[in-house]
Amino acid sequence: MAEPLLSVRDLRIAFPSPAGLVEAVRGVSFNVGREKLGIVGESGSGKSMTGRALLKLTPKAAQVTAARLDFAGIDLNAASERRMRGIRGGRISMIMQDPKYSLNPLMRVGSQIAEACRLHQRVGAREAAAKSLAMLEAVHIREPKRVFDLYPHEVSGGMGQRIMIAMMLVTGPDLIIADEPTSALDVTVRRQVLSILDELVTQQGAGLIFISHDLNLVAEFCDRVLVMYAGRIVEELHARDLHAARHPYTQALLRSLPRLEAPVSQLAVPTRDPAWRDGPTYRLEASS
Amino acid sequence: MKMVAPPALEVAGLDIIFGHGAKANHAVQDVSFRVESGGAFGLIGESGSGKSTVLRAVSGLNTHYHGDILLHRQVLPPVRDKGFFRRTQMVFQDPYASLHPRKMVNQVLLEPLIIHKLGRPQQRVDEVLDAVGLDPSFRFRYPHQLSGGQRQRVAIARCLILEPEILLLDEPTSALDVSVQAEILNLLHRLRSERRLTYVMVSHDLAVVAHLCERIAIMNGGKFVEELSVGDLRAGRATQPYSQALLAATHYRPASPEEVTV
Repeated sequence: MAEPLLSVRDLRIAFPSPAGLVEAVRGVSFNVGREKLGIVGESGSGKSMTGRALLKLTPKAAQVTAARLDFAGIDLNAASERRMRGIRGGRISMIMQDPKYSLNPLMRVGSQIAEACRLHQRVGAREAAAKSLAMLEAVHIREPKRVFDLYPHEVSGGMGQRIMIAMMLVTGPDLIIADEPTSALDVTVRRQVLSILDELVTQQGAGLIFISHDLNLVAEFCDRVLVMYAGRIVEELHARDLHAARHPYTQALLRSLPRLEAPVSQLAVPTRDPAWRDGPTYRLEASS
Repeated sequence: MKMVAPPALEVAGLDIIFGHGAKANHAVQDVSFRVESGGAFGLIGESGSGKSTVLRAVSGLNTHYHGDILLHRQVLPPVRDKGFFRRTQMVFQDPYASLHPRKMVNQVLLEPLIIHKLGRPQQRVDEVLDAVGLDPSFRFRYPHQLSGGQRQRVAIARCLILEPEILLLDEPTSALDVSVQAEILNLLHRLRSERRLTYVMVSHDLAVVAHLCERIAIMNGGKFVEELSVGDLRAGRATQPYSQALLAATHYRPASPEEVTV
């Protein structure tokens, strides 16, 4: 990677609690280029918090510090709220887990997409509507004209997620953060949504951070994978080498999955070693 | 297939229609299957295929169905009696929604005992907590003090405390992480062999269903597309085009563009 799109160094997120500061993310460093980067880990490992911190969408109580938080030459650490509003949705957009909660129930689907477009680009209402319609078509929605005038409750889960993707991509962002974008979807719909995401990311040449707890999905979909445990990155590897993982935690996660082709009577349950909290991080040689 | 044990549960010609007239939605059409005592039967399908609707009819939560549901060769009335609920219990998908937020684990577990007038309540609570691998100290916790996996264990304990014969599992692990999923699947596996339980499980994850069940039915549009054994499923010996497509979809490789249609 010659020039990373996003570069994060020593990101820390802490929450004050009666028992002192609780660190949810403890010194995370990584680069994202124009590639598909997967972040995996169990709940509570800090993967979603990391994604949110990049957009400064962490809860008010959170104390976020980073040695470096650099996005395409902009220092996100120092950026004002006003500046962030221009970046959010415009240059970095985020696809949330559940379309049921992230679409405005009182606005027609088309107007929501057009709104995102008008907020970030200097376009008129008619042009924004045309762009939204084209975007709905790009996410493979049949009869985009009809869907344009529907309300979110009138569309299915898979369609809602595609509408979310359309809304996030209409502004042509450089970086897309997808936080469990397919967890609420069926296997068959999931494959469609992933293909669309893949197609659009490749076409627009954007970077993608794909946050998920599903190892197999990430292994097949992404280029590079970061494995998080207890707020730290414990392993970084190429997605195709996931099955040759070196960290015991990654190996344990892989073993805990039931597999169709290899039946076992008892699944391996990952045991947790306190030493992993501060143990070594297995990095790829090429990157820092 | 050898029929060694008599069927514990049998569903014959089940039809479920929601709504009337032009708006009628034929959610389940002519579904029949049997599960022998101690067996495990899995239902797979996409959302909207009617798999949970079948389970809700079997469990007695939906009383408006046509066709027969038989427990040990006795046709069950649509409105079930209390004895039925003692023998058949259901585990729900979301342990975050299925436990009362303001009741301690102890109260949650005592309630079924009071309803069914069973003796030695505290002793039973301790036994069942031990069976699902929780410490007795968990009795005095509220659901918000438990992790997702612990909550699902409590939900399973609430079913087991009545010593049922049949456990209906509606996506018991889909709200959980992969590592916790393995724990719960192991627990269900162990409980089944220890207590000779009969399972009917619904899931959209093929690998999870294949891990627990011997017979698997694939549903689409309210109908059984195919019923096959777990060995055939693992070997990919599905005969119907829909089942083959579903088996292929468990790999997440992006589909080719012509497959991507709404």
